[in-house]
Amino acid sequence: MVQLLESYDFEIVAAVDNGPALLDALVTIRPEVAVVDVRLPPTFTDEGIQAALEARRRCPGLPILVLSQHVEQLYAKELLADASGGIGYLLKDRVLNSDQFVDAIRRVAGGGTAMDPQVISQLLAGRSRREPLSTLTPREREVLKLMAEGCSNVAIAQRLIVSQGAIAKYTTSIFTKLDLAPADDSNRRVLAVLAYLNGTRADVS
Amino acid sequence: MDVAVAIGLTGRALTRALYATGRGVVLVATAALSLVLFIVTTLATAFILLGVGVLLLPLVTPLVRRLTGLCRNVAARCGVPIATPYLPLPPLEPGMFGWVQRCRSILTDPATWRDLLFLLLNTLVGFALGLLPLTLLVYSVEGLVLSTGFWMLMRESGVNFWYGFTALDSWPHAALGALVSLAVFAFWAAVAPHVTAGHAHFARSLLGPSERSVIASRMRHLSETRSDVINIQATELRRIERDLHDGAQARLVAIGMKLGAANRQLRTNPDAAETLLVDARNATASALEELRCLIRGIHPPVLAERGLEDAIRAIALESPVDVEVTTDVPGRMAAPAESAVYFALSELLNNVVKHANADRVSIDVRHEAGLLRAVVIDNGQGGADATLGTGLRGIERRCATFDGTLVLSSPEGGPTVAILELPCALYSPRTSSS
Repeated sequence: MVQLLESYDFEIVAAVDNGPALLDALVTIRPEVAVVDVRLPPTFTDEGIQAALEARRRCPGLPILVLSQHVEQLYAKELLADASGGIGYLLKDRVLNSDQFVDAIRRVAGGGTAMDPQVISQLLAGRSRREPLSTLTPREREVLKLMAEGCSNVAIAQRLIVSQGAIAKYTTSIFTKLDLAPADDSNRRVLAVLAYLNGTRADVS
Repeated sequence: MDVAVAIGLTGRALTRALYATGRGVVLVATAALSLVLFIVTTLATAFILLGVGVLLLPLVTPLVRRLTGLCRNVAARCGVPIATPYLPLPPLEPGMFGWVQRCRSILTDPATWRDLLFLLLNTLVGFALGLLPLTLLVYSVEGLVLSTGFWMLMRESGVNFWYGFTALDSWPHAALGALVSLAVFAFWAAVAPHVTAGHAHFARSLLGPSERSVIASRMRHLSETRSDVINIQATELRRIERDLHDGAQARLVAIGMKLGAANRQLRTNPDAAETLLVDARNATASALEELRCLIRGIHPPVLAERGLEDAIRAIALESPVDVEVTTDVPGRMAAPAESAVYFALSELLNNVVKHANADRVSIDVRHEAGLLRAVVIDNGQGGADATLGTGLRGIERRCATFDGTLVLSSPEGGPTVAILELPCALYSPRTSSS
């Protein structure tokens, strides 16, 4: 991992191999972005998630990308709960495609989100018929899905092969339907994702 | 104040004595029936040799068991609950063979013979103990009536009446008679409940499961659940083996072949090599996905990482219906029990999604006094039957291994309530932060 990241011109400020050391490094060094595995010594359970949550409690908005062998909606919800952005949750498989992976890291570092497509598709399968998400059109849902993965409007436009203006219209419509007050756009995007995860109206703080 | 309390206590004692006397009367009736049924059963058993008994015994036995059931009920009301010891009867097959088979299973059940002994003894014991409270009550009331003046009427008609050891011929003697009858009354009030309780203990010694039959039924349960466990485990291992063989293993072979081909074409045909490499990478992703599914089926990651509470929250999140989860499990259970409960709940929730047509489910899991209790309620159409679906039977069997039980109530039209109980200990405080 260190080699991979260095080959993409990242500077590695610390590499640790257990839960307590990770939390310590996160809060003292406060890196521009951290890549964290869920299972770490000493108990090999969910230290990575716990450390990430605790670190973000102490330093709100600290950008962290969590990697795991499996993705769980429960963990995704916990990670997104503070709605401050700069968070990612991906399957380790995604590292195989290093360009997309590095792209995700940069997005998280920039305060965006990077949710694994698997989390999103589970959500689509699970809660699609719930209010208020059920009011979204299929196209809006598709846009929201890509937004949840962390794509920018430009990237979404490229993927769906439509103009950026069209995407802007979709996002506005989504925000209105999910009842998200006009605020900082990136924050609204996170809230939209949260609404998606909760399947209910997101609380706008 | 004290007087009120005393009156209250006396009232309660009298009520108890009256109830006991009533039960005594029932016991006298059972004694009479015992005699009849004893004779009929004995004859039926004897007539098996003549052939008639083969038909007669299976007809009489339910009556005997009804009577002993009544005696168990009376005993339970006296505060002595008695468990039913009978071995389950196999369903009656048509034709003569069915009757013979039923006869055999009745005759080989030790409880049948203990019942027979009970019938014989109860003829006497039930009659004596049942009649005693009533006799005491009647005798004391008779004394009271006589000594308040009836003795004078009696004497005028020329009869010299004795009550107990007193000749009722003058007022002083009548007063003595009244005292004696009051003493008898007090004796009745004090003794009647104990007499029927005594009969209840007698009944328990013969109608309850004997120590041997308790151990026998325990052994039956253990050997059944053991073979279930072995079967379930073998099936699981076969499934895992098959999944690995057809899934990850096959994928790895394909990846290896693709990489080999790419290697050969690297110089001659770089474009084709690149396509092969992309294919290989995609195949790796598929293999990983299959392994993930497999692992989830063996031991779900959230269960391993967070324990039962969060694992159930996780399945609730993934369910297409609204699931409300409340939990109170202050610690971790032993891993096998935890896993059994998890898969049972997961299966129950699956059933709700597949069959119940419900849009709301609540799951409550709590651990109290060494017992884990999970209640799943849905607002669906009901009509679930544990004896029909293999899924519910499977849950029952898995839980039985841990001496757990599944109780299902699902009337047509709903709601369906499933209650899972499993005795288990918690061994460490929870580690999860949520």
